[in-house]
Amino acid sequence: MMDKVLLAGFGGQGVMFIGKIFAVSGMIADLNVCWIPSYGPEMRGGTANCSVILSDEEIHSPVIDQADGGIVLNQPSYEKFLGRIKPGGVLVINSSIVNLNKIRDDIKIIKVPATEIANELGNSSIANMVCLGALLPHLNLTDYEKVKKAIYEVVGEKKPELLELNLNAIKKGMEH
Amino acid sequence: MSNRVLMKGNEIIGEAAIRAGCKLFFGYPITPSTEIIEYLAKNLPKAGGTVLQAEDEIGAINMCYGAACTGTRVMTASSSPGISLKQEGISYCAAAELPVVLVNVNRTGPGLGGLGPTQSDYFQSTKGGGHGDYRLIVLAPSKAQELYDFTLEAFDLAEKYRNPVLILTDGFLGQMMEPVELKEKPTSPEVDKSWVVDGARGREKRIIASYSLTNEIGEANNLRWEAKFNGIKEKEQRWEEFYADDAEYLLVSYGTTGRISKSVVLNARKKGIKLGLIRPITLWPFPEKAFIPYKNKIKGIVTVELNTGQMIEDVKLAMDCCVPIYLYRRQGGMLPTETEILEFLEKQFKLSTEEV
Repeated sequence: MMDKVLLAGFGGQGVMFIGKIFAVSGMIADLNVCWIPSYGPEMRGGTANCSVILSDEEIHSPVIDQADGGIVLNQPSYEKFLGRIKPGGVLVINSSIVNLNKIRDDIKIIKVPATEIANELGNSSIANMVCLGALLPHLNLTDYEKVKKAIYEVVGEKKPELLELNLNAIKKGMEH
Repeated sequence: MSNRVLMKGNEIIGEAAIRAGCKLFFGYPITPSTEIIEYLAKNLPKAGGTVLQAEDEIGAINMCYGAACTGTRVMTASSSPGISLKQEGISYCAAAELPVVLVNVNRTGPGLGGLGPTQSDYFQSTKGGGHGDYRLIVLAPSKAQELYDFTLEAFDLAEKYRNPVLILTDGFLGQMMEPVELKEKPTSPEVDKSWVVDGARGREKRIIASYSLTNEIGEANNLRWEAKFNGIKEKEQRWEEFYADDAEYLLVSYGTTGRISKSVVLNARKKGIKLGLIRPITLWPFPEKAFIPYKNKIKGIVTVELNTGQMIEDVKLAMDCCVPIYLYRRQGGMLPTETEILEFLEKQFKLSTEEV
């Protein structure tokens, strides 16, 4: 079984970070994991993306052509990755800042006003975690408990004060 | 599995070098290899080593030359244009028979090129690269664990043969994070170090130099190196076979496309196409031996490469051109999908699913 996930947004929105959280949650579950960043000459304000594969068997091709799930945090990412979700897959969209000018009816689209929810929670920079929460129930190989452990592992020591905030953002996202 | 950690490919190379006993690293940063020097700058001093950012790549490779003369384990890493700058020094290291470990995180070319995955430096890596008639041992990892294992082994191979060893990878493998088991390094085999220059007090002087203007001595040197390279060819060819046993068609591919090709093989098998893979692990010596059993057995080959067709020449030689051999390639930093490779194979060999 495999989860192939694409994540995209503005540089600075925490796309690589949520990818890392997914990857570490897979490590905790003793799965095979592959995290690939886009590593072109991106700069702040440009788009960044990464792909994550979780698998209970060996991962041969690390290239995701059609993903099982995705998160797009901004307009250019939405336009670029809408066509990269396989039929029957799931795409989580930050509807606070994405205008859904195109639509597909062969995939499940989850609209989350993530920036607004993040602001309500008191930190505009955790829209990424809200979207992570929205995608989480649709993945096969990871879940809230594993992601929680991953967050403790990745941010625990550096910024313990952000742990609860991140977990609340994920829970909010899971309601969508 | 307590030693299983999630690391970036480039950092894995750095960690493996430390565990292999590398004590000196000389380099000059260049994307997409920079994490290697960054990681080592942070961690090699803790292991009693030194990292020096040289004034440029030429300085770095010549520092490696000097360090290797003392018998110290030494490494440098760069990406394509930087490796081009090092070529003169690499040729001198080969001539002086110095065990230097080189890493090329291949970026696209020619010229400045781009940062995406590519295999455009296959010729440069395997056919000499610098001037003169020498060879590097070239290892081509395709996943995190191999980045670790091959880096560990590169130091042993370099010392065993007194020859520079090149690890050829790309930005995709370098930037990717995958689990890696940081295995304990096996004990290195005992090697003759009676050639090192580490202070001559109490013993005969030793000279390490690339200097012989007498033709007779020049030929003797060339013959000695040739014998060494022939020995490496005989003993060190490495490859992996994947569903090759009963295959009617073979893919041949290494590194990043080597692992993509494994998925292609599995997809083809699901469709009833008997496809297998030979994945060269040593690019030099090229694993000619791998092809011998398949010469009169298979119907055709597709090499999958990220260049205009470089390794395909070695595959044709290894197969004596006895079956049709085609190239499927992407370039400029683009990777092929599993689907497009299989479609190409089906088209070349007229394997539409109806016929199978």
